Amino acid sequence: MLTEELVDLSRLQFAVTALYHFLFVPLTLGLAFILVIMELTYVITDRPIYKDMVRFWGKLFGINFALGVTTGITMEFQFGTNWAYYSHYVGDIFGAPLAIEGLMAFFLESTFIGLFFFGWDRLSKWQHFMVTVLMAVGSNLSALWILIANGWMQDPIGAEFSFVTMRMEMTDFWSIVFNPTAQAKFVHTVSAGYVTASLFVLGISSYYLLKGRDLDFARRSFRIAAGFGFASALSVIVLGDESGYTVSESQQAKMAAMEAMWETEPAPAGFTVFALPNEAAQRNDYALHIPYVLGLIGTRSLTETMPGIKEIKERNRERIENGILAVTALERLRKNRDDAAALAAFEASRADLGFGLLLKKYTVDVSAATPEMIQQAVDDTIPRVAPLFWSFRLMVALGFAFLVLFGFALFHSVKGNFIEKKWLLRWALWFIPMPWIAAELGWVVAEYGRQPWTIYGVLPTHISVSNLTPGNIYGSLAGFVGFYTALLIVEMYLMTKYARQGPASLGTGRYFGESNHGEQAAGGALPAGAVADKL
Amino acid sequence: MDYETLKLVWWLLVGVLLVGFAIMDGHDMGMGVLLPFVGRNDLERRAVINTVAPHWDGNQVWFITAGGAIFAAWPLVYATAFSGFYWAMMAALWALFFRPVGFDYRSKIKHPLWRSTWDWGLFIGGAVPPIIFGVAFGNLLQGVPFHFDDILMSTYTGSFWQLLNPFALLAGVVSLGMITLQGATYLMMRTEGDIYRRVRTASLLFAVLTIAAFALAGVWVASGIDGYVITSAVDPNALPDPLAKTVSTAAGAWMGNYEKYGWAIWVPVAAFAALAASILFSRLHQAGAAFWSSSLANAGIIGTAGVSMFPFVMPSSTDPRSSLTVYDAVSSHLTLGLMLGATVIFMPLIVFYTSWAYKVMWGKVTTEYVAANDKSVY
Repeated sequence: MLTEELVDLSRLQFAVTALYHFLFVPLTLGLAFILVIMELTYVITDRPIYKDMVRFWGKLFGINFALGVTTGITMEFQFGTNWAYYSHYVGDIFGAPLAIEGLMAFFLESTFIGLFFFGWDRLSKWQHFMVTVLMAVGSNLSALWILIANGWMQDPIGAEFSFVTMRMEMTDFWSIVFNPTAQAKFVHTVSAGYVTASLFVLGISSYYLLKGRDLDFARRSFRIAAGFGFASALSVIVLGDESGYTVSESQQAKMAAMEAMWETEPAPAGFTVFALPNEAAQRNDYALHIPYVLGLIGTRSLTETMPGIKEIKERNRERIENGILAVTALERLRKNRDDAAALAAFEASRADLGFGLLLKKYTVDVSAATPEMIQQAVDDTIPRVAPLFWSFRLMVALGFAFLVLFGFALFHSVKGNFIEKKWLLRWALWFIPMPWIAAELGWVVAEYGRQPWTIYGVLPTHISVSNLTPGNIYGSLAGFVGFYTALLIVEMYLMTKYARQGPASLGTGRYFGESNHGEQAAGGALPAGAVADKL
Repeated sequence: MDYETLKLVWWLLVGVLLVGFAIMDGHDMGMGVLLPFVGRNDLERRAVINTVAPHWDGNQVWFITAGGAIFAAWPLVYATAFSGFYWAMMAALWALFFRPVGFDYRSKIKHPLWRSTWDWGLFIGGAVPPIIFGVAFGNLLQGVPFHFDDILMSTYTGSFWQLLNPFALLAGVVSLGMITLQGATYLMMRTEGDIYRRVRTASLLFAVLTIAAFALAGVWVASGIDGYVITSAVDPNALPDPLAKTVSTAAGAWMGNYEKYGWAIWVPVAAFAALAASILFSRLHQAGAAFWSSSLANAGIIGTAGVSMFPFVMPSSTDPRSSLTVYDAVSSHLTLGLMLGATVIFMPLIVFYTSWAYKVMWGKVTTEYVAANDKSVY
């Protein structure tokens, strides 16, 4: 029996583990390419400081990467352990990009990361550079394939339901790969990763500059991060995946909810900067609009209208009513595969099968659904407005703040006077956590905004879960929270320790805090040899 | 390629991926099992860990990819096994948590307690998953209590504790034995001096243990466990539908394939021969030959489980017709073909660059090397 408690717990566990996993992914995606840029500079200029930069930022990369790997395995297990019916129902499509991700991306990334760390003395300069490139390409390819899988959840094209196998089956692989929703997501997500990593490097470099230590090292790192970060911040905004939202009907409910757009407005719709969404009354109690902007962003045109929540609900009501016929016919077909009348009824209504399945949350016998149940199912088709509305706005605000920060950082890098701009250095330092917050908010918008579906229009979340008891999930959830809290403490401790220690952690003798280094006396934070002893 | 052929190819490919996992991830998991015992001080332990330092992450992808391939090729097996074996899977997963952090964080702080904690973490991450996977195979051979309803939603009706029955635990011993042997023979190639002497002893010990446990398991399967047989006609080209067949149990039915296909007996024979060869080569100090013998033994043991059960993958003890087979637990024709294409393209590349990575990093890892590279190695 799939109780609501079971479904909610399964969702909570997935959300906790996915959000946690996504703390480590963006930094990996971006830092890998920053390492490529630094190492390219090294092989071209042959100046050892760039090699030290690759190795030091690489150390921090490694600390982060370890937890990315650890928490990534959870994600692969969890589809099977907690979302068994989902895995059966769409495994024919969803499993393929996951397996290809392993074959094409994980092997590449994971094999070459070993050589990246341990191959310095055994590879030529160019060989090692190629290793770093392949590692970066591998990690970004893994983002591509998982987002192709995720894009299909948002916009399930290239597949069709089979009543014999009782599941969705792939009909067109390439349309799944080139799904515009997936491609927009990929560009947006990796750009967000680049912003995260750039701000990480920018902020920590600013810390050294503010402390007046490792100046040469920090200055060069700051410049690279400023340039890469500015380009990425532009890309994350311009190529924001909102552009993908109206490509298909499947994203309209999400779009309407995150814009708190209750009514369909004449084109081009206005953008609501601020509002107090009132779920019960289906209106905004207060709203501040900028005319035209939303329609332009959302449809890239002046004439197309974007449907509001009420209109979408009315459309979905029809689909749910038609879906009842599909579910009923399917149940007859499952009992007797040769029932021609049932087959004809099913063929006529199959497009709305998923909408009919929404009623399974309220009744086993969908054909006997009451008008109240149908109304509940209709209301379910729009995710809750306020969390989406605010998550989206906060994310966008942060995105623009990144652009401004990197704009200043780049401007003063070019002018060469950023070391004197203490306000800029402090801003960069204190802003380090922000990209993570923006990324997590983005996840909330994309995935919470997909509710009540796991696969939009095809499979409701409610029937996607494994048929377990809630007690099982309470137990495993407690386990995850315990392990993940401990791991986070350890990771943050090491990350802070090495970031504070700086390039001296490489033990080259060239940096702040090392016994034979000139800046030692000036900084005076640690006695001679203390750093080496601690390692 | 027709559907039937693809279904058989994917049975073979899942086997290949599991064997790849046992050979590659097996040797670094085996390293973890042996670590606290063959390294007597911090430097020795670091030498042992650094034999796999550049490779464990790539090796672990064999496991991830095997999981992904089962998801893509056998979605019903993935869904039913992972949700049914819920707590076993959680235990394996949580044990695996100790590996990436154990490897990467262990040597970043010098405190002895910190380091010994992660050493035991690597031990857990090396020992627990093979035991669990062995126990899982032991349960597959006996049948698992699950059934499907009309819409193919699976329900597991057993408990976690009943998975830990005597035969399954024996299968866990076989699995732990073969993986530890894999680690021991690998370490023979990459270490010297005291550590080498200890891992060589371990390799002899675990080869003998694996032979004994595998032989006992064979006798048990032949005489004490009911196998499964399909009693209705099977159309191997049909659309997959597990509920369309009838199945019954029979004593000794898992021996049927050895009577039906003459060549099948060579699979367990190869496993025994390879285990014996690994003993011989370890005694002769032929580390490389011992490692490849151990690898062949791993392949033979996994192959034996597969061949004995064919065409079953996950029989159901409580509702035999719900049993999953290579014919009715599979993906669509298109997906199987597509995945085969991806495997044919990428697998040779993976083998090529993995071999290159080993070649670059090859050589004995000594305590002197670790001491000299204190800050750049694990």
